[in-house]
Amino acid sequence: MGELAAEKHVQYILSVEKRKDDLISVAMEHLRMNGAYWGLTTLDLLGKLETVDVDEVVSWVMECQHESGGFGGNIGHDPHILYTLSAVQILALFDKLNVHDVEKVTNYIAQLQNQDGSFSGDIWGEVDTRFSYIALCCLSILHRLDKINVKKAVSYIVSCKNLDGGFGSTPGGESHAGQIFCCVGALAITGSLHHIDKDLLGWWLCERQVKSGGLNGRPEKLPDDTENGGISDRPDDAVDVYHTYFGVAGLSLLEYPGLKAIDPAYALPVDVVNRIFFAR
Amino acid sequence: MHGRPRKDPKPEDAAASVAKAEKLRSLQSQFLSNHHNKIYTNEALEVSAKLLEVNPEYYTAWNFRKLAVEHRLSLSDPDPDSIKSIFSEELKVVESALKQNFKSYGAWHHRKWVLSKGHSSIDHEMRLLDRYQKLDPRNFHAWDYRRFVAALMNRSEVDELRYTTDMINSNFSNYSAWHNRSILLSNLLQRKVQGFFPKEVVLNEEYELVHQALFTDPDDQSGWFYYLWLLDQTVKADAPRLVSSWPARDSNLIILEDQCLDDCALSPFNTFHSDSGTFPLIVYFNQAVEGVNSSTISVESVLNANSELNWKPLSTNNSQTAQVWVTYLNYPKVDVHSEAYPVEVSIGHSGGIISSSGFHYSHPSRFAFKVFARPVKTPIGHGGEIISWQDGNFALYETSPEEPNPTISLDQLNIKDDNEKTSSEWRAETIANEIALFRELLSEISCKIGKLTLARLLKAHDLLLSPCANKMVYSEEVINLYSDLRTLDPPHSQFYKDEHSLTLLQQITSTGESLLRYCFLHGDGTSSFIGNSMCLRLNNLSLSRMGSFERLLWVQMLDLSYNELRSIEGLEAMQLLSCLNLSNNKLSGFTALGPLRLLKSLKVLDISCNQIGSHSIDTTRYMCSSPLCHTEEIDWGRDEMVTGDVNLANYWEAFVIFRGLSLTQLDIVGNAVADEKLKSFLVKIVPTLKWLDGGELH
Repeated sequence: MGELAAEKHVQYILSVEKRKDDLISVAMEHLRMNGAYWGLTTLDLLGKLETVDVDEVVSWVMECQHESGGFGGNIGHDPHILYTLSAVQILALFDKLNVHDVEKVTNYIAQLQNQDGSFSGDIWGEVDTRFSYIALCCLSILHRLDKINVKKAVSYIVSCKNLDGGFGSTPGGESHAGQIFCCVGALAITGSLHHIDKDLLGWWLCERQVKSGGLNGRPEKLPDDTENGGISDRPDDAVDVYHTYFGVAGLSLLEYPGLKAIDPAYALPVDVVNRIFFAR
Repeated sequence: MHGRPRKDPKPEDAAASVAKAEKLRSLQSQFLSNHHNKIYTNEALEVSAKLLEVNPEYYTAWNFRKLAVEHRLSLSDPDPDSIKSIFSEELKVVESALKQNFKSYGAWHHRKWVLSKGHSSIDHEMRLLDRYQKLDPRNFHAWDYRRFVAALMNRSEVDELRYTTDMINSNFSNYSAWHNRSILLSNLLQRKVQGFFPKEVVLNEEYELVHQALFTDPDDQSGWFYYLWLLDQTVKADAPRLVSSWPARDSNLIILEDQCLDDCALSPFNTFHSDSGTFPLIVYFNQAVEGVNSSTISVESVLNANSELNWKPLSTNNSQTAQVWVTYLNYPKVDVHSEAYPVEVSIGHSGGIISSSGFHYSHPSRFAFKVFARPVKTPIGHGGEIISWQDGNFALYETSPEEPNPTISLDQLNIKDDNEKTSSEWRAETIANEIALFRELLSEISCKIGKLTLARLLKAHDLLLSPCANKMVYSEEVINLYSDLRTLDPPHSQFYKDEHSLTLLQQITSTGESLLRYCFLHGDGTSSFIGNSMCLRLNNLSLSRMGSFERLLWVQMLDLSYNELRSIEGLEAMQLLSCLNLSNNKLSGFTALGPLRLLKSLKVLDISCNQIGSHSIDTTRYMCSSPLCHTEEIDWGRDEMVTGDVNLANYWEAFVIFRGLSLTQLDIVGNAVADEKLKSFLVKIVPTLKWLDGGELH
C-alpha cells in the first residue's frame, strides 16, 4: 500500500484556493462554493483545517447568500440548493453555524419541496433526488427537519428505486453511483434504510469495481479517481480538487492511516457531525 | 474535469490559455452585469448565448435566458409566430450547449422548460432523441428526456416497450435499455394492461429474450441484472402471509416461574421461564408489514381481552413497519396445577395488514395453542448465579420419541385458492426449466455470474417447496457453489460467505433431527444436567451472518461464539432470548448491537473478544437507531444525572445500546474500547448488572 502524500495534497488545495485567474478556475467560478467545500473538508480530513483563514472564508460564504436565503455558487451567482448545502457544510466545518440566519435558509429549502415530496433545485423547477438528499442533509444539520414533509420526501426517493436495487435521479431513471449515494444518504439520515435491499444494492455497488481496482459509476463505464499530489479522475489525468476530495474521503472510509474518519451520510468529518448531534 | 491528460503546459500554450481565461472572464463579467441590471436586449442575449456555448455549466446564464423569455413575452402581445421563434431560439442555444457538453444538466433542463411551455414541436424532439440515442445509447440524460417527452405526448408504455426491444435487439449490452424495459414492464404488469395479463405469459417471453442476451455474451452484465429481476418477479410472494409464530400452532406451552425443569417429561421446546406475569406472542411474516393491531389480529383467550392487546413492531429503527410483531398475554398465577388455557389467534379476517409495497394480507388464517402455568416452587439455587459458557457446562440434549418437533411451526397456515395453485405450478415448472438451462450453460463455460444465478435458482426451488416438505433438496449443492464462487470471484467473497452462512443455517434448522444436534442442556458443570436450561449452540460454524429466525423463535439461550459475525440483523425476532454469547466474532462497533435493544428478556450477554474500538470507521453507524437518523432523541438533561461527569458525546453508542437493557451479566473484555472508564460508565447506566467480566459487582 503506497503512502498518502498528505503534505502535497494540502499544498495542492491551498494553491487552488489562491488561484483564481487560470482558465480552469475561471470556467469553474460558478461552483466555487462546492470547490470550497471539497477543499476544506479534505483539509480537515488531513487534520489541516487551521491552515486557512476562517474569517476570510466565512465572510466570502455569507456574501454568496441571497435575500431568499439560498446561496449561489459564487458572489453574484443565482441561489441554488446545491450551493446552499455546501455553504452550510462549510460553516459546520468551522463550527460557525451560528453566524447565519437558520430560519432564512430553512425557508428557502422548505419552499423548494413539491407536492409529490420531491425537491426542486431552485425556482426554475429542475427535480432530482440529489436535491432531496441536499434538503434532508442540510435541514438535518440545522435541526429543522420538521419544516418539511419528511414522509413524502422519503416516499419520493423510494419511488426512484430500480430493479438492480439502485436509485436514479427521477422515477424510472437509471441507477448511477452518484444518485445512489444521495438516495442512500437521505434514507440513512431519515431512519429509512429498511427500504433498501442491502444485498442487492451491495452486490451492484461491488460490481462497480473494475480490474484496475478503480470504481465506475455504472455498468460498462470508465473507472474514476486515484492518487498523487492532488488526485485525478484516473491515472495520468490532470488533478482537481473535486477528485482530491473524493479520493481522500474514499481512503478515509477504507481506514487509511493518517486520515480523520468521515461520516458517510453527511459527508463531513465524524467529529463535526458528532458536534452537531451530540454536543450539549 | 474528467479525462484531461496530465501534462505540463508548453510556454506558448500557457500564454494562449491566459488569453482565453481573460476573454472568458470578461464575457462572464459582462453577463453578470446584464443579469443584475435585468438587461434583456439582443446584445445581452448574444452575450449569454456565447457564454453558454463555451461554458454550459454556468447555470445562472440559463436562469437569465428564462427571465429574458418571460420578459419578451410580457412586453407586447406577441403573435404565435413570434412566440414560436422565441422558443426555437432557446432550443438552438440548448443544442449548441449540448455539443460542448452532452451531459449538461442545465442544458437539458432548459429544453424541458421550453417544451413544457407548449409552443414547440414534440415530434421534432422525438426525432432528435432518436439521433442522440443512436450516438450514445447509454446517456441517461437522453433517456430521462425521452421519458419526459413520451409523457408530454401521451405515448403509450407499450410503444416505449417496443422501443426498448429495438434497442436491445440491436445491442444486447445496453444496460439502459434493459433498465427502462424493467420499469415499463413493471407498470404494465401491475396495472394488468390488456396483453400483459396473466403475467406468466409475459414473463415466459421475457425469459426467452434474456436467454438470447445471456448466451450470446455471458460476461456482459446487462442481461444478468435483468434476469435477476425476472427471477424475483417469478418467485416473489406479493401478498404478505404468516410464516411462523411463537407459541407455535397446536403447541402446549408450559410456563414455569422457577428456573428448573424438575420433570424430565417436559420438553424444553415448549417451556418458558417467566416471572413477569406475561408471556410474548410473536408473529413472523414473510415480509415487512404495517397495520398489525388488535383489530387486524384477534386473540381469543380467557387470559386477555383482545382489545387490550398492544402489538409492537420489532423494528430496529423505530418505524411502524416490521417483519416480526409481538404482544404480551397474561398467564394466571395458580397454586395447584392449572387447567390448559386455550388461545386462538386469527389473522386477516379484517383488512388492514399491508406490506411496504402495498399488498394486503388477504388469506385469513387461524392457529391455536394451549397454555399451562406451573405453580411456583422453591427455587433450587437459581437467580443471580453467573452463567459460564465453557464446554464443560454443556451436554448434548437427548430426546425422547414423543418429543414434539420444534420446527413443526413452519407449515403453511394459509388456505391456497385455485389461482394460487396454478400460479405455484407455473413457478415450480419455470424454475425447474431455468435450472436445467443453466446447468447446461455451466457445463460449457465457467462463468461466475452463471454460478451465482444457478445458486439463486436452486435456493428459490427449495424455498418454494420447503415450507411443506421441510427439506432442502439442493442445499449441499448451493453451499458448494458459494464455496466455488469465493475462489472464482474474490471481490464479492463477503457476500458469498454470508449466503453460505444463511444456507447452512437453513440446512441445520430444516428438520428436527438436524436441529437437535445443536441443542444442549446447560448446567453449572457439577450436577447431572437434569432440569437445566436448553441452549442452541451454533458456535464455530464460520457464520458471517445469522438467519432462519422464523424457525428459532423458541430459543432462550443461544451460543454464537467463535464465528465471524459483523452484524446481528434479524436477531430482534428472538424475543425469548435471555442468554446470548457473541464472543469471538467480528463486531466492530456498539451500533452493531442495535437489535439487542428489542430483546426485553435479555439478562446475560457476552461480547468479549470482538473488534469494538479497533476501527476508525463505524460501518453500522446508521444501522442503529440514534439522533443521527432522527429515530430517537437523547435527553441530555435527564441522563446527565445518571452518567455524571462522563462526556456522553464520546460514549453515545454504548449509551444508546445499553441504557435500555436490564442485563445481570456482561462480558466485554478483549475489545479495544473496554477500558476502566467505559466499564464504570456501563455500571452506571445498567443498574441491574451483577457480573462484569467475571467479577461480582457490589
